[in-house]
Amino acid sequence: MKVEQISVFLENKSGRLAEVTKILSDGGVNIRALYLADASDFGVLRFIVNDTKKAKEVLQKNNFTVVKTEVIAVEVPDRPGGLAEILEILKKDNINVEYMYAFVERSSDNAVIVFRFDETDKAIDVLTKNNITVLSGERVYSL
Amino acid sequence: MIYNKKFETLPRVELEALQLKRLQDVAKRLYERVPFSKKAFDDAGIKPDDIKELGDLKNLPFTNKSDLRDNYPFGLFTVSMDDIVRIHASSGTTGKPTVVGYTKNDIDTWSELMARTLASAGVTKGDIIHNAYGYGLFTGGLGFHYGAETLGSSVIPISGGNTKRQIMIMKDFGPTVLTCTPSYALHLAEVAEEVGVDFKEMKLKIGVLGAEPWSNKMRLEIEKKLNIDAIDLYGLSEIIGPGVSTECLEAKDGLHVFEDHFIPEIIDPNTGETLPYGEKGELVFTTITKEAFPVIRYRTRDISSLNPEPCKCGRTHVRMDRISGRTDDMLIIRGVNVFPSQIESVLLNIKDVEPHYQLIVEREGALDILEVRVEVNETVFSDEIKGLQKLESDIEKEIKDLLGVSVTIKLVEPKTIQRSEGKAVRVIDNRKI
Repeated sequence: MKVEQISVFLENKSGRLAEVTKILSDGGVNIRALYLADASDFGVLRFIVNDTKKAKEVLQKNNFTVVKTEVIAVEVPDRPGGLAEILEILKKDNINVEYMYAFVERSSDNAVIVFRFDETDKAIDVLTKNNITVLSGERVYSL
Repeated sequence: MIYNKKFETLPRVELEALQLKRLQDVAKRLYERVPFSKKAFDDAGIKPDDIKELGDLKNLPFTNKSDLRDNYPFGLFTVSMDDIVRIHASSGTTGKPTVVGYTKNDIDTWSELMARTLASAGVTKGDIIHNAYGYGLFTGGLGFHYGAETLGSSVIPISGGNTKRQIMIMKDFGPTVLTCTPSYALHLAEVAEEVGVDFKEMKLKIGVLGAEPWSNKMRLEIEKKLNIDAIDLYGLSEIIGPGVSTECLEAKDGLHVFEDHFIPEIIDPNTGETLPYGEKGELVFTTITKEAFPVIRYRTRDISSLNPEPCKCGRTHVRMDRISGRTDDMLIIRGVNVFPSQIESVLLNIKDVEPHYQLIVEREGALDILEVRVEVNETVFSDEIKGLQKLESDIEKEIKDLLGVSVTIKLVEPKTIQRSEGKAVRVIDNRKI
């Protein structure tokens, strides 16, 4: 039920993002979802790819700091209130969202939201009990 | 104005005779009372009795900062603790400070030297001195304080910090003299402008500024912004504190070394050979009157030169040039000595931080800004921004706690700090002084 996400530490310098994507493309890695969080002088690039192991390997080879984190991908109906419902469920059980980002699934009626929780297992439990579709890693990597 | 006319204008022949006598005394005292000094003399194959003329000074062993550290804290004192009335300390290279002690007589000597310094800058009994040097283990605050009282001026012991309040006090109390670091003087000017106070409307007329390297250009800027005469002074706790040498208001051209108390030399920092007047090299001092903690040939690592030309102020003491650099990589940030190794020890104490770091010093406006670049590795890296920001603030706090200096931490990507085959380039000093 968990999805592997890769995060890369980036200094705020022009061209760094381009370098990361070039390295991944040269390694034959396809990016499924991506989110850049930035502070004043650095950023953290988080993404989900089709081949986590390969992505980590090629980036490390190029001296990037890379960590793997477990996140959850949830299928959300692509209509008003879709996300609000999920957040309401999480709120009721006091589950704190560390961060989240979304991507729209191709040719489907659903959006996919990626969540990072501090209590991942509890979150999965709560969501599935409330009939929310939590996507498997395999599913997300091949979206 | 000359505070102690007799000694400050002593003819060279008499001055040198006095120096020789005092040097012989101090060498004898150190040899007899401090095992470290006896060994150093013996290793150099010299006895105090071998000092027959001032030129023999060059045969005596040097004292390094590491010697002070090795004898931490009180190992080099020549009197018993019963006779020590004051202890000061400066920051050391390994987190241990350099400790110095004073007898009652030493405090009197120091006070007189600071009275001389202030008088040399044009300060008189009727002046009110706004003393914004830090009070505490640092010699600046109390050194100036005692000197001001000896001279008979009024002192406002404001110490450092709380700049807006300082401006208010200056406006209300009407001090005529400002004593602080040059960068703090400029900072005061900036803050005064922010709060709408014009220095031209203040009574301030003299600044006696030191404890960090500054240029003549910066002097002119300070003089213009604060509407004062800015005078440079020099000192270091290992020798006595502030009051080792000072400029005179008349010439503002070189700092007169109080030669009846300290013998200055310039050496080649690599060979240790004594250099003639006018040549640039490392400043070395021998204290010849201090009781508690005399030092022979202390290597300051400061780069300067000596000028024996008579000065128009009438003092016969030689002048040293403004400090133009350091033989090591010690940084002086807002008056505080900072060694890269101290930063390193802080970083290495924080678990899993890379030992690859670099210090970038800038001067923004009037203040020194020290940025510490630290490489991020996978152990400390977190995919959450707040985790990284916490790492930054933790390091900042540790450094502030150890060194008393605020720094900015900048996390950088691995392998981005230039590696060196030999000695790492730890410091990039972009200050234009």
